[in-house]
This record gives sequence, structure tokens and C-alpha cells, in this order.
Amino acid sequence: MDKDIFQGYKGDALEVLKKYQVRVWGTTRVETTRGTFEGTVLPRAENDDDKHIVIKIITGYNIGIDIRNITSMKETGYKKANYKIPEKQFPVTPGLPKVKLFGTGGTIASRLDYRTGAVIPAFSPGELYGAVPELADICNLDTEKVFAVFSENMGPKQYIALAKAIGKEIEKGIDGIVIGHGTDTLHHTGAALTFMCQNLPVPVVLVGSQRSSDRPSSDAALNLMHAMRAAGHSDIAEVQVCMFGPTSDEYGLLHKGTRVRKMHSSYRSTFRTIGDTPLARVNRNEILPIKKNYNKRRNDKNVKILPYFHDKVSMLYYYPGMSPDVLDAMVEKGYKGIIFVGTGLGHVNKELYPAIERAHAKGVHMFMTLQTLWGYVHMFVYDTGRDMMAKGIIPAGNMLPEVAWVKLSWILGQTEEPGDVKRMMLTPINDEITLREPYNGYLVYQGGVPEVEEFIKKVHK
Amino acid sequence: MSFNPRYNYGKSLKESGWIPRRKAKQQDYNRIGFMSGLEVHQQLLTKEKMFCHCPAGIFNHHDDFDAEIIRHMRPTLSELGEYDGTALMEFRTRKEIVYRIKNETACTYEVDDTPPFPLNSEALGIAIEISLLSKLNIVGEVHITRKQYLDGSIPTGFQRTAIIGVEGELAMPKKKIRLIQLSIEEDSCREISDIGHRRIYKTDRLGMPLIETVTYPDFVNPDEVMEGCDYIRFLNRSTGKVRTGMGAGRQDVNVSCRGGSRVEIKGVAHTKWIPELTHNEVFRQWSLLRMRDFLLEKGIDKNNWKTSNCEITENLDFSKELLKTASGKGIKLIAVNLPAFEGCLSWFTQPGKTFKNEISDRLKVIACLEKPNCITSEEIDNPLDDSILSNVREQLSAKEGDALIIFAAAGEDIKTALETIEERCIMALEGIPEETRKSLSDGTTIFERVLPGADRMYPDTDTAPIPLEDEYIKKLESQLPEDIIDRYNKLKDWGVPEDVYTYIFSRNLFPLMEEIIGKTGVKPSYIGAFLGHELKFAEGQSKNEGEFNYRILLRLFEFLKEQDYDFALAEVMIKDLMKHPKMEFESILASLRHKRVGRDEILARIPFLKQKFAEGKKEIDELKQRNWVMGQLKASAIGNIDLQELSKEI
Ligand SMILES: [Zn+2]
Repeated sequence: MDKDIFQGYKGDALEVLKKYQVRVWGTTRVETTRGTFEGTVLPRAENDDDKHIVIKIITGYNIGIDIRNITSMKETGYKKANYKIPEKQFPVTPGLPKVKLFGTGGTIASRLDYRTGAVIPAFSPGELYGAVPELADICNLDTEKVFAVFSENMGPKQYIALAKAIGKEIEKGIDGIVIGHGTDTLHHTGAALTFMCQNLPVPVVLVGSQRSSDRPSSDAALNLMHAMRAAGHSDIAEVQVCMFGPTSDEYGLLHKGTRVRKMHSSYRSTFRTIGDTPLARVNRNEILPIKKNYNKRRNDKNVKILPYFHDKVSMLYYYPGMSPDVLDAMVEKGYKGIIFVGTGLGHVNKELYPAIERAHAKGVHMFMTLQTLWGYVHMFVYDTGRDMMAKGIIPAGNMLPEVAWVKLSWILGQTEEPGDVKRMMLTPINDEITLREPYNGYLVYQGGVPEVEEFIKKVHK
Repeated sequence: MSFNPRYNYGKSLKESGWIPRRKAKQQDYNRIGFMSGLEVHQQLLTKEKMFCHCPAGIFNHHDDFDAEIIRHMRPTLSELGEYDGTALMEFRTRKEIVYRIKNETACTYEVDDTPPFPLNSEALGIAIEISLLSKLNIVGEVHITRKQYLDGSIPTGFQRTAIIGVEGELAMPKKKIRLIQLSIEEDSCREISDIGHRRIYKTDRLGMPLIETVTYPDFVNPDEVMEGCDYIRFLNRSTGKVRTGMGAGRQDVNVSCRGGSRVEIKGVAHTKWIPELTHNEVFRQWSLLRMRDFLLEKGIDKNNWKTSNCEITENLDFSKELLKTASGKGIKLIAVNLPAFEGCLSWFTQPGKTFKNEISDRLKVIACLEKPNCITSEEIDNPLDDSILSNVREQLSAKEGDALIIFAAAGEDIKTALETIEERCIMALEGIPEETRKSLSDGTTIFERVLPGADRMYPDTDTAPIPLEDEYIKKLESQLPEDIIDRYNKLKDWGVPEDVYTYIFSRNLFPLMEEIIGKTGVKPSYIGAFLGHELKFAEGQSKNEGEFNYRILLRLFEFLKEQDYDFALAEVMIKDLMKHPKMEFESILASLRHKRVGRDEILARIPFLKQKFAEGKKEIDELKQRNWVMGQLKASAIGNIDLQELSKEI
């Protein structure tokens, strides 16, 4: 018997199945010291132990049986399930914008294989239409799988591939681009694409989902509708992240790729614009701008694709008492750029100074960003700040740490000349550093203030 | 002769063979093939909820909340790439679901913004104990499964649930109930309102652990279903680890008649409602099957049967009520012709209800049309004017023998309403639709949802399976209470009157009763009757039901024994004790002006009293005399002498 008929089983459990000649998908009657159980043998998740066999009983529930209690087992039938997502021809509606959806492996629309627990991604236009028919009222859709990786495995290679793919689509005259993406590193990709795809004539919208679409309360369908609406109909020709505004099914927010950050591990409304207000609100029917100034949609195809990335840039998250050898080790390993994430206005302890000097002497490019995320680096206030600047650390304004890392990597991919690097870092391409912070930017609801509590009660979270 | 709805109702009622429950005998139920099974839900007594650390058992008022969240439920595809019937129905209603959240009782887990924390082990232990008592085969590994619910009652769109045991049984005095399975699951939201396209829930109860015991459909009459439910409850309560009180126990009752379908009556709050509900449901099905035969005899072909409709724009006076309840922009009055359906809309289904209600209930749930939502050509109480009817019929080119429904709605709801009416009529030609129904206190039911299909179970990818080792099971086994049926037999042997068993089991008083007997030597038949009569009566009179700790009774009987009082004194004291559970027993006696009187002193008064009774009487009725003397002595005798003994002495 080949291995595939015992999907996922290993060790002792595998031996038991072999001994009684019962296959995965076989219906079985199991006699145990705890009584008789009947059902269909299911595949076992790779990481689960080898002491249990999983069966689906007639009422639809799954249970596990301890192999040490099994006294006999018999295969009474065999019924292999076959899963696929239905495809329906995505209708072409004259007059609707053409939108391209790039797949990167994030499961923006998917269905759970209900026996194995595996997620089957839906991706072809036909599949998407089968799952979210409302999309056909928004745009004429075309899809392309650029690659398939998990969000945490997205990296420089993928940024470059995406940037080139975006360039090609614009060349072909697309009206808007949506990129389906896992949410964990959505904001890194947002920053990278902002730097790599400049002077965009059409919207490029990154979208994900915090709840996969096999769940009835998933945010995936609504996020997709919002993203398609923004890509096809919006006037904002920038790289944006489109995700839930409130956790309620009400509207999405469009965030600049350079100012957005994932701020909650599991909330639907996890993405927040930091240090500024979001670009716009989007619902199924319209885009409601929040910011007045943005890059407008154009009819030309004059996008500049700059697909560069240096892979020897790192980040150093400072903590009290940090030892200088951490920095020395980075320099020794050949890192050319380091983004400091400092405390308060942008500080690290004095013990690091000699290491900073050594790094500077070796030509390492160092920039300061903030653990507070909100606000500006300000190194003139205290002596320590002035000391550090003297030793070669350049304050990066209100650039978010991850964005600074992306930008320095992108710059070092093009030049290592210190003057150019500094100038390019501090010259904003799309608001990664802003000259002013609006008074209503810092809207983090921490509670405790009666007025805020009253407000939260009134609006939908 | 023109069609008479009232006459038709009576005629169809007779045809269905419906009789009041009190007149129904087993052979009546056998004749129509009564079949029923139970799904009994019981909340577990844990400190925290099942998958998060919110407190369990704290409830908020409707208007007491900190935030509102809005969700829409979207059907997901089944394994065959199709949508489940219920799922599609819920999607058609386009409901906006609003959740009211109170910080104290719900966190981000309840509203599906945080993945589950590990399963509450206290709840798991209780569920296994009850599974062992239910003689179920305990699984080797617990797998959390997602059971989809698209009505919004759970913000995730599914309930996390897991099987603990399968294939068990529970002994009742005269019959054994076979059990299919027992699962542990999280409780759902409580509905606040459901009006138009907006349904509001509160999240306090959401996520509390409960178990569901599912029986085979072995019950053959309505009373037996109730008895089965009681015994499952007794078993659950015998552990002392389940919640009691309003809403802590609820049951779904599955009912069908021969040739009918499984219909689930949801959320029955009181077991005593079960007999009337199941009785009426089985006859509803039976009557609808008679209606199907009636329709098929007319030669209707269900594959080609279609409704037609038109808008009514003139003489709208008759529809005032409909227009008042309708909502939305651009409300229209629509008339629907049901070919050859004359006789159906006044066809008996349940006491006081007709096939019209089947349609009206669905219009409310599926098309979101608030009631009253339709008028028909077969109104029994306020029939439509002939002139209106003939006008509309003409507009629809209706034929003789057609029936008519008129409703008011706006926008998309019109389409949904038309589909809903046609769909329900076609179902009537086929048989009984599988559905869940809501119970009403008058013993009738109304349509709630389409019965979900079997393919709505998905593995939960957020939780790991939990192995149940033999050692752990053995430990739980060693601390189990004895079986209810054994207790039942003991009570019987002791000569405890049968009418008090339900009270003793439902309050789980048996262990206390045994303890009182063991420690004070009181006669079991006496203490049994005391609990089931005196205590129950006092509790019924008292306002602080539920707050009284029954263990005080042990101290009371010990006190009576120590003080050498007769135990019957408890009967006098219980009312005050219930009112003031913290009061000293001595003080209660003092407030009752109870005096300790010697046995001999009491007996010594008998001759005098006998004489007093006899004064001026020619003939003395001995029984009357004894009763009179007894009455004179009772107040001072109680507690001081055994009353039976006193009676004998007289
Ligand atoms: Zn919670």
C-alpha cells in the first residue's frame, strides 16, 4: 500500500492502520476498550501525535480514537471526497473598469477542505465570482498568480517581481491593480511598492483578510469588494492598503503604503495609518476621501519601475542595557545599513557609543526611528541625541521603523554614496516623512476618558 | 354555493383527526406514527466561559452595553461547491446583525476578533462526568468542530463544539432511552429584537459552556418525551455542577409523523411545555399531508405549478393594516394568485391556525415583512369584500378554485416575498418541509428557519485536538454520583410518595436527603414527603427562591434531634426559615411562640377535652371527637410529641 492512502499518519498510528488494513477515507468500525465507534477515517494533521486516529462520525463531528485502546478495526467501505471550488464564468460588463488581481499566496478568497482542515484558495476569476458574485457589479476582472508564498515569507524577491508585474499591466492599459496578500507583512510590501513603482497613473491596492473566507463572518468578501471598488473607480493613483476601518462590516479604509501598520494580531480593523489620517473611506458603492492631497489618476502610462533592494540592511530594536556587541556583530557580519528603533524622541544608551563610532567608521549607514511609532525623532532636545548625531546616526523624521528599513534597503540597492543615501532617505517619495502631523492623527482609543467612551458607544467599532 | 372558509377550517380539522391532548390515547399516536427525539442543552457551572476568560453567568439588561458591532453572515460553499439551504435563506433575508457588547461580559474573542484560548478544562471535566453517567463511549481525543449558524446568533458564523461520547443510554423507570451523543459547545447570543432587516443580539451569554445530549427518536407519545427530558435533566443536575434557573436548560424537540419530516422545535424553556408542543406538531404534519392529498387529487402538477401576481393600485382601504406594518421606500400592494389552491389558506394546521400562517411566518422570517403581512381570499374572521376579491381576481385572470394572497412590501423584498410564497406552496404539494420552529406558550409553533443540512460541520483550524488519557477518565469515574435510576429505586423502597420524586431530582436533593437520614435517623418516607410537600410549598410562597441554601435543612433536623423535638416541628418552622435563612432556630421557635410542653402534660389534658366535647351531646361520634381533641392539642403538641402517637392515645 502506498503512503498516500494513509495521509498524515505516522509511527504507531500508521502501524495500526496498516495492521487492520484500513485506509484514509475508508469507513470503519472500531472496537475499543471504551466501546464501539463508527465513521470515516480522516487524514491526520502533520503536527499531531501518532497515538490517535481521526474519524468523522455520522453526525458530522470529528473524534479521535486512542490507538492504545483499539482491540480491532475493520474497513467497511471507502468514500474518497473530492473538493473543488465551483467556477462560474466571470461576466464582462461594458463600461466597467478593467481590474487586475495579482495573487501572492494570501488566502483572500478560499474555502476550507472541511475534512482535512486545509484551505483551498479560490483564485481564478470564475472561482472568485462563484464565491463573491457582487464583484461583477464593480469591475471586469482578470487574475494572475505571481507566486504563492505565505505572508511571512514575502521578501525582496517578491517585491521586485510584483513591481515588474505592475509595470507590465500598466503598460497594457489596466485601470487598476489589486494585490491579494497575507496580512502580516502587508505594510512592508506597501512601502516597498511605493518606492519601486513611482509616478503611478492608476491605483495599486493591497488587500488581505483577517478571517479566511471559509468562515461566514469573514472580512474577505467585503475587503475584496472595497479593494476592487478602489482600484477600478478611485481617483487615488497610489500604493494603498485597503482593510476594514471598524471591525464592523461597514466600510474599509485606504491607507498610504508608507504610513500604514498592522497594529493588532487578530482584529479585523488591524491596519492603522500612523502619524497621519487615512487617505479615504471606501464602501461598496463609493470612495469618500479623507485627505485632500493625493496623486491623481492619469491617462498616461508613465510609471517608473525601480526594482532595487539591498539585502544587508537590518533593524536594531533598542532596550535598556543593550550591549554594544550586538551592533558590532552586525557590522562584522557585513551589514551596510542599520535602522535604530530608539526610545522616546530617539535614544539609545551611552554604552553603545563606541560601537556606533566603529560602525560609522566602517561606512555603515545608520538612521534613527521610534518605538513610540507616533511622533518625530528629535535628537536636539538632549545632549545624548546631539552626541549620537555627531557619531553618524541620522534622524529619520516620523518615518515608521519598517518603512525606514524598506527604504534604506531600496536606496542601498542603488547607491552607497553617503551623501546620496542621506538625501534620498530624507526626501519623501510619498509621505514616508511628513512635514506636519495633523492634530487629529493621534486617534488611538485607549479608553478612560468619558468623552471617548461616549463616542465609542455611539459609533460602530 | 360559494366557498366558506370557516366551514372549510372545521372540515379540514375533522379530516386531520386532531383531538385535544387530554383525549388522545397511545393508539391515536400509533395511528399517525408519532416519533420524537430530544436534544437537551444544559449550561455547565463554570467560573469562566468556554474559550476565553470572561466570567460565565453574568447577564446584562438589553440597554446596558458599551459598544455595538455590525456583521453580515455570508454562506460558505459546501464540499460539493453548493450552498446549504439555510445558509441561502439567511443570505436572502439580507439581515444586518448588531451585537451589543458589555465589557464586563464579553471580550474580543466573543466577537471573533481574537482566536480561541485553550478549552476550559473545568467545563471539559464536567462534560466527561456527565458522559460517563450517560454510559457513553468516551472519545480518545476531543476535536473541536465548527458548526455553522448563519442567523447571526454567533458572531463567528459558527459554534465551536466537540463530541465527548457516543452511543449511551439513560434508564427511566419503565424504559431505557438510547443516546446518540453528547457534545460540549459554546452558548449563543441572546436575541433582543428582530425587526425588518435588523436583528439585535447581546453577547453576555455567548461563549458560556454547555452540553447537548442527543437521544434517538425513541419516544412514542408526548408525555414520554417530557419524562425523557426530565430524566436527562435529573442526571445532569445530580452532578451538582450544572447551572439552574431561567435559561440554564433548554431543549430542542424533534418530531415527525408517518410520512412527515423531521421538524425541530427549538429552545423549549420548560419541560412541561413539551407534551402540548409535540402533540400539536405531529398533528400539524398529519394535517398538512392530508392537504397535500387534497391538492394532488385535484390533479395539480407540481412541476408546472406557478403563481402569478399584479400590483393593486385602487381601493386600498382594505389593506390599511398591511400598509402600516410594511417598511422601505416605494411600498407596493401585491396580489398573488395561487392556482387551484382554494381550500388551503383556511386549512387547519394547529389550533386556531391555518396554512395561511405557514406562508405568513415565512414572509416574516425570509422576506422580513412584519406581521400582519398578508390577507387572503380565505380569511375566517374578517373576510374580504366580494367586490374587492372579484376585482383583483379579474386583474389576475384568476380561475374558479384559485386562491389569493395580498401583501405589501418594497424593493427587493417584493421579489423575495413572491419567491417565498411560491416556494412554500410547491412544498405543500410535496410534503412537510424540514424546518426549525419556535415554540409559543399556547402549545403551537411558528416557522423559524429552514433545517440546516448535514454538511455544515468543519474542523476548527484554530484549536489543537485534546487527548483524553485513561488515567484522567478513571479519576473522573471515581467521583461520580450514583445513577438516577438507583436513586429512584431507593426512594421507592423507602416508601417515599411518588409525586415528590420530580422535585427531589430536579433540585438534586437526594444526596442531602441521604445525609439527613444518616445523621438524624429520620424516617426516609417522612423526610421525602417533607421535602416534596412542605419545602416545595414554602419555596413556592417565598420570594427568595434560588437563594435558599438547602443545606440549612441538615442543620435544622440535627437541631431537632439534639433538642429532642419531634421532627414534625420542621413543618411549622420551614416557612419562616425560608424567609429568614440566617435566623437562629431558637429565635424562629420563639417568634412562633412555641413552648416546650412535657409529653405527659399533653396526654393529661385528653380526658378533660374529651369531656368538654361530649358536653350536651346525646351520642358521641368517636372520630369527630378525636379530630376535635387533636385540633385543640395540635399547636402545643407539635414538636413535643409524635402526632400519630398522640392520635392513638386519644
Ligand atoms: Zn471573552
